[in-house]
Amino acid sequence: MTGSPTGGPTSSGLLVRAAVDARDLDAEVRVAPGEVVALLGPNGAGKSTLLAVAAGLLRPDRGLVELDGAVLLRAPAGAGAGEGAAADVPPHRRGTALLAQEPLLFPHLTAAENVAFGVRAAGARRRAARAAALAWLGRADAAHLADRRPAQLSGGQAQRVAVARALATSPRALLLDEPMAALDVAAAPEVRQLLRRVLAAPGSPPTLLVTHDPLDALALADRAVVLEAGRVVEEGPVREVLASPRSAFAARLAGLDLVGGTAEPGGLRTADGSLLAGVLDPACAPGAPAVAVFSPAAVAVHREPPAAGRSSPRVALPVVVAAVEPRGPLVRVRAEAPAGGGPALAADVTAASAADLDLVPGARVWFAVKAAEVAVHPARRPAGA
Amino acid sequence: MSAGRSGLPAWALVPAGLGAAFVVLPLVAVVTRVDWPSFGSLVTSQASLGALRLSLLTASTSTALCLLLGVPLALVLARCSFPGLRLLRSLVLVPLVLPPVVGGIALLYTFGRQGLLGSSLEVLGLRLAFSTAAVVIAQTFVAMPFLVLSLEGALRARGTRYEQVAATLGAAPSTVLRRVTLPLVLPGLVSGAVLSFARALGEFGATLTFAGSLQGVTRTLPLEVYLQRESDARAAVALSLVLVVVAVVVIVVARGRTTSGDVP
Repeated sequence: MTGSPTGGPTSSGLLVRAAVDARDLDAEVRVAPGEVVALLGPNGAGKSTLLAVAAGLLRPDRGLVELDGAVLLRAPAGAGAGEGAAADVPPHRRGTALLAQEPLLFPHLTAAENVAFGVRAAGARRRAARAAALAWLGRADAAHLADRRPAQLSGGQAQRVAVARALATSPRALLLDEPMAALDVAAAPEVRQLLRRVLAAPGSPPTLLVTHDPLDALALADRAVVLEAGRVVEEGPVREVLASPRSAFAARLAGLDLVGGTAEPGGLRTADGSLLAGVLDPACAPGAPAVAVFSPAAVAVHREPPAAGRSSPRVALPVVVAAVEPRGPLVRVRAEAPAGGGPALAADVTAASAADLDLVPGARVWFAVKAAEVAVHPARRPAGA
Repeated sequence: MSAGRSGLPAWALVPAGLGAAFVVLPLVAVVTRVDWPSFGSLVTSQASLGALRLSLLTASTSTALCLLLGVPLALVLARCSFPGLRLLRSLVLVPLVLPPVVGGIALLYTFGRQGLLGSSLEVLGLRLAFSTAAVVIAQTFVAMPFLVLSLEGALRARGTRYEQVAATLGAAPSTVLRRVTLPLVLPGLVSGAVLSFARALGEFGATLTFAGSLQGVTRTLPLEVYLQRESDARAAVALSLVLVVVAVVVIVVARGRTTSGDVP
């Protein structure tokens, strides 16, 4: 087992450590109380397996699951730090709610009965459970769907009801397995917004979010853990993992330019106070933490401050070249990390223009990008956090 | 009908039509032979009514027994995994293909006086062979595979994902079974129970072998039909029609269609 050096029992939060030989999985993830950890990785990396172990739906060959100091699983005895008897708490006594790609609402129950299901299983009376269910449906903007059957709900509506159902049980840990992956483009943002809201609420449980969408990770998670072939290959703040990926998967997934700040009409106010013009995601609230995302291929490099764009507004950022790396027909120009912290920017230019511009480390240049190429998304954490 | 569009060769319609006629024609033949003017009195004769009452009583009891034993059995077959499970699944279905007479003999050597359990039962004062209880045992023996087969199929088709979700929502296994598993497979459960009831109602060979044919005690409707066939063919035909109607109703119900048809 690759167990971390800090093997002691976690005082609070969620710890999942599992080795499943048949799937070549051997990984460990920790989630602090109130923290959201995005679990990224290619298909078959073992992300969902790890979640199933946490939920108690799959028993690993060796593993340790702890939640708020209580051991939910220890296999075999003595696994993990120190001594300990083997343990395997059944799923219904773990307090870990699981939200999957498909809403999996019970088809024979109405939306309200679905949400009330877990409340009643916890011992509430029918009437009290219904009241709680209606309150949670209201929080998920689904109160008007209370008496509908799952077959009468759209994909987005059903997933919102499923979120309410998972949260109505007051779980001590939340396991989200690509909850937006099966939704169409119209429905995904509303579920993402709902999750943003509930995960930002004070006292929200430690949350493990499996996703392959960098925007989900940016919008919902504090930290990212990249899983490849059953091993943790990278771990860190979401923005750093996405902006300067060290693992092959994260590089394929992201390698994006990210600038943190706060959302503002027309763009993003960066930490140094300048405005980065861009296209605002409708979910962005003015003044709320946000992140501007653009592709290095959309960045043009200039020696002099570029003139204001005639047809479309451009943004020019002064940077110092840190490295120049050939990438096939293109050259990736890496800038030095900004003084205030945060990920460094990159630009992809042709080899010819790199030579024309005399791009060498230490050169002072301007990175220019069209506002139309800059997408501003809500972020979970303020810049620099 | 458009055989071309269905992708079937046109010649397939001929054997298909013959096949359908082969099934339907005998049913029509029964109906044409019914002596309608005396139908009422034939069906309501004391022997007929007694047989009908016994049949309904025993078939209902054995259906209940099938549910009591067959539902847990189907759950275990569909959801558990242990060595010998495949063998058990095959063995449970044996009564389905076993000649009923053989089933009756097997039951006789299990519950009969010289049977495997017979002597133990005798000590308890239970003498099962050639009693109404024997009819119920024979019917349950042949009918239970229908329930197990139907329910196990429904359980497998449903998968376990809803049950897993229910468990993560805090529902204990009994709650999951009562509020998720069984409601989700209710159509399979109902059709399995209806098929079991029909099989129990039509049971002949195992009943005759294991329970005999004592009027009012073990002589069910099929036995009565067989007996009447030699003495009073008209009564046999009338009672046959009753069983045909029951069979048709059962098929309609088992296929999950609601019908407003009235049962005579």
